[in-house]
Parts: sequence; C-alpha cells; structure tokens
Amino acid sequence: MSFLKSLPSRSLILFCILVGLGFAMPTWGVFLVTIAFAKGLVALGNVAMMRGGLVSFGQGLYYCTGAYVAGFMAIHLGFSDIFLLCLAGVFVSTIVGAILGPILSTYRGIFFAMLSLAVSMILYGALSKATALGSTDGLTLPGPTFLGFAPEGRALSLHLYIFTVTLVVAAGTLMRMLFDSERGLITLAIKDNELRVEYLGASVRATMSVNFVIAAALGGLGGVIAGLAIGHVDPEYAYWTTSGEFVFVAILAGHFSVGAIFIASVILELVRSFSSLYFPNTWQLALGLFLLLVILLLPDGLGSLMKRWSRATAAFTKKRI
Amino acid sequence: MDLLAVILVDGLIYGAWLFIVSVGLTLVFGVLNVLNIAHGSLYAIGAYTTASAVGLYFAQGGDSFPLGSYAVMVLAAAVVAVVVGPILERGLLRYFYGRGEVVIVLVTYGVFLILEDVMKLVWGVDPYFVSQPYALLGNIEFGPLIYVAYDFLVIAMAIAVGLLVWFVLNRTRKGKIVLAVIHDREMSETMGVNVRRVFVVSFSAGVFLAALGGAITAPMISVTPGLGVSVIITAFAVVIIGGLGSIEGAAIGAVLVGIARAASVHLMPEAELFIIYLVMAVVLLFRPEGLFQKIQARKI
Repeated sequence: MSFLKSLPSRSLILFCILVGLGFAMPTWGVFLVTIAFAKGLVALGNVAMMRGGLVSFGQGLYYCTGAYVAGFMAIHLGFSDIFLLCLAGVFVSTIVGAILGPILSTYRGIFFAMLSLAVSMILYGALSKATALGSTDGLTLPGPTFLGFAPEGRALSLHLYIFTVTLVVAAGTLMRMLFDSERGLITLAIKDNELRVEYLGASVRATMSVNFVIAAALGGLGGVIAGLAIGHVDPEYAYWTTSGEFVFVAILAGHFSVGAIFIASVILELVRSFSSLYFPNTWQLALGLFLLLVILLLPDGLGSLMKRWSRATAAFTKKRI
Repeated sequence: MDLLAVILVDGLIYGAWLFIVSVGLTLVFGVLNVLNIAHGSLYAIGAYTTASAVGLYFAQGGDSFPLGSYAVMVLAAAVVAVVVGPILERGLLRYFYGRGEVVIVLVTYGVFLILEDVMKLVWGVDPYFVSQPYALLGNIEFGPLIYVAYDFLVIAMAIAVGLLVWFVLNRTRKGKIVLAVIHDREMSETMGVNVRRVFVVSFSAGVFLAALGGAITAPMISVTPGLGVSVIITAFAVVIIGGLGSIEGAAIGAVLVGIARAASVHLMPEAELFIIYLVMAVVLLFRPEGLFQKIQARKI
C-alpha cells in the first residue's frame, strides 16, 4: 500500500478523479472549476511567498500580464494554440518577475505588500489608457485550439478543463516537492527569523527572489488560462481587488496543504456565483465575515485542518495495529 | 497664464484633498500600528452620511441659511466617527493586536468587504447628489482661469486640519500622552496611561478624518457605491511616500502626489491614472520606508 502513499501516485489518482468529475459535471460547473483552478494557480504563487512571510497584494500584475500576452498573440499575431499561448504568457510574466523580484524581495511586511500593489496598479493605469490594447474595454479572445484541434461548445469547455487540471496537478506536485525541499524549508525559516538564516549560511535574498519568480510564472499561467476560459481580458485583471482575491484564497487555504489552495479557490468561486445570483448586494459581506472568521478561528487556514485530520487518522490506525 | 502656475494651483487643490483623506490613515497607523484598508470605506460612509444629512438640511428649510450646510458636513463626519470608531476598534480590531501588521491588513480588508455591502444595504445603489455647498461660495477668477471657491476652502480646511492635529499632538497634555504611547506602548501603560482609551480615541479620530474627507468630497461628486475602492489605494500611496505614521510626511506626500498628478494631467494625460503609484515606487526605491520614517533596528 505504500505505493499509494507516494506523491506521484497520489497526484495521478487525483488527476484521474478530477478528469472523471469533469465529464460528470454540467458545463457551468466545468467552467467554474476551470476559472477557480486558474485563479488557484495564482494563489499558489502567493502561498509560495507567504511561506517566507511576504504577502503580495499585487499578483494581479502577473495574472494580467499573462492574460494580455495571450490576448495580444491571439488577436494581433493570429496564434491560437493553447500550449504556445501558455508558454508565451508564462515566459513574459517570468521575465517581469525576474526583473522585479530581486528589487522587491528586499522589502518586508506592509512595504512589500504596498510596493507590489503599486506596481500592479501602474500596469492597470497604463492598460486603461492603452488604446492599442482596447483601453478599459480590454480584448476579446477567440477560443483556443489544442495542437490544431479546434473544439467548440461543451467540448471546448471540457478540453480547457482537462488542460487546466493537468497543469494544476503538475504544478501542485512540483510545488509540494519544492515546499518539502531544502529551499522550501529555508523559506519557512526565513519567516521565523531571517537574520539567523543568513548567519547559518543561506541567502535570504536569493531564496525569496526565486520564490518571487516562481510566483510570477504561476500568476502568468493562471492569467492565460482565465483569459482563454472567460474569452475576455481587461485592465481589471491588474486591479488591487483582484490581487486581494488571491490573498483571500491564500489566507483561507494556509500554507500547509497545496490541495487546500484549490479547494479554497473553488469555494470562493462557488460563493461568488451563487451569492451574486441570489444576494447580489451582500456577497462581499458574506466574504468579509468568512475572512474574519478564518483569521480568528483558523489562523493557519483550511490546510491546517486537513493536516490535523490526517494526523488524527494516522494516530487512530497506529493504535489499531 | 503660465502652465507652471496652473499645475501648481491644481496640484495644491488636489494635494489638500489628498492630505485630508490620508492624514487619518497615518495617525491610526502611528498610534495603533494598524494599516486600515477600511479607511476608504469610512471615507465613503462619510460621503453618504453627508449626502443624506445635507439633503435633509435643505429639505427642512436650510435654504434660508445655506452656509449652515458646512456645519452639517462636519457634524455628519463626527457622527460617523462616534458610531463606527468604537464599534470597529473595541468590537473587532483589538482581538488582533499582536498578531502582526500583515494580519491586521487582512482583517481590515475583511472589514472593507463588509462595509462595502453594508453601505449598499443602507443607502441603496442609486447615486446621491448634493451640489449645493459646492456652488455656494461662487467662483474665483485667477487670471484667465476660473476656479470654484470651494476648492480653496478645501485647501484652507487641509491647513486647518494639519495644524489642529499638530497642535493637539504636540501642545496639549492628551496629545503628549498619545505621543508617549506611540513611542513605547508598554512603558506608558506602566506609567499609568490608559492605553485602551488612547486607542479608542485615536482610532475614532482617524475615522473622523476619513469621514471628513468623504464629507468635503460629497458635494463635488455623485456619491455612488464603490467610492472608497480607489481612494484607499491613493491614500496608502500618499502615506507610504511620507513614511507611515508621520503627519508631516503625509503633508509632503500629499503635495508631492498632488503636483505630480496635476503635471501629468496637463503634460502627459496617458500617465494620469498611474502617476501616483509611479511616485510611490520611485520614493520607496530610494527610501524603502518612506521619506520621514526613522531608521529602526533590525529584529533578531
């Protein structure tokens, strides 16, 4: 049974379950989960930095960059292949992250939060005035193709969903490995006491910069997928409230479990769709109360709950043996 | 008239407005170490309350003494401070002290989300107009240009608010107690200062300043939902440029940002939406803690 406990096989099982679920869900559910997972990827990047004590209120920058790169390539250059668009979006947002990372990751606490927010608001302001990119109206994207295959309707949603699930499982597995690696553990130590980490011989700046760039790449990837799934990108992708949502998901999930991030993201999307349908004027209120309760009662997020459960079951099985 | 003079006047008007809107934020941070994202919502609540109160004032025969509407505006802001300030500080924020600045940012982000909808529930989603106080003082000719006199009232108000805050903090006994709490919370407590009361009063003063910002803005705009969302980030930028917790810093930051924005409106309109953040990013690059922040020892 130890085979089932290894990370790759668990990921594989999870992948099969998620794909199966996709075929069982109605089209709106497939769409909702696709969007939630795309945003979850961005939040995953946020968590990667939060493990080191940095909360970014500006991940919308990469989300928006990825989405606009995909939009620009699809409309002005005529590319529609999803693999190519994803590569391009991730490439550009990684470059942006690599330029900003070494500068921004020397800041701490609220200064980091506010500076990252400022940079994403600069992009928001610039895009709102950029007529070549549709200014505040943004760009409307055509449906993507998958290596020359161009599905439509439900088939397109399903293809996009399976593509997203593949990326999410792959990214989640890789990030789990990163979190458990030496670099991941150093990140946790930085949160506790960065001066001590420096004295022990690790570079705080290098570690945080790498986390920053990884978060940027994940942000770009999430942006491309969300842009293609929604079929529209506009400057709101870089607005601070969008970045606030990613922080929300990261706080809700905590840093213990990668899976919890995507669960939290789905919860947020579900709450949003249902309450904007039934209580259009109070859904933010519900969201705010929820956030306060999580911070008050579950300071380490949903992931800590999952960890507690798995520990409890482990203890239970041990006792029986 | 020189373009330079126009930029200067426009910049001062905008800077004065910015100062009133953001000084409460820096005060609350200075005393309580709370970076209040809900500041923008309090500003919006101030604007809504003023719109309702001034509307009521003129409906009840205020036309016979229209200048009274200015007193109504200040009164509306005071009501918001007395009602909302203690509820937020005593009822919520105090449970999160000592959990880190970033956690408090997230808590106030939650409060921001809640208040956005509470405002929709109380005032609905239709816009409010109360332009009477804006037109009341007539216009001022400034060479070939005509300015609304109300704009200069905003400048006067900003100077008055700044002086008042400075005077209370530096020249009164109560203000000196607040400074002592800012300097060393624990030591003041051992010396017999009622820190809890200082917190409630300072936070409520911050709420008052936010609401006052909303009150003076209400006659200039149509009061609609989502009013606070953009203000909060602008106020953040101003406060961070000046150095968190510094009143002088907020004043310098406000004038700097005001003139930068006026310059971009006249010289480079494409940059208008993000010039504030550009100024903030540049300042933080060279002074990572803002212009007026004292250097602090690194935590071990």
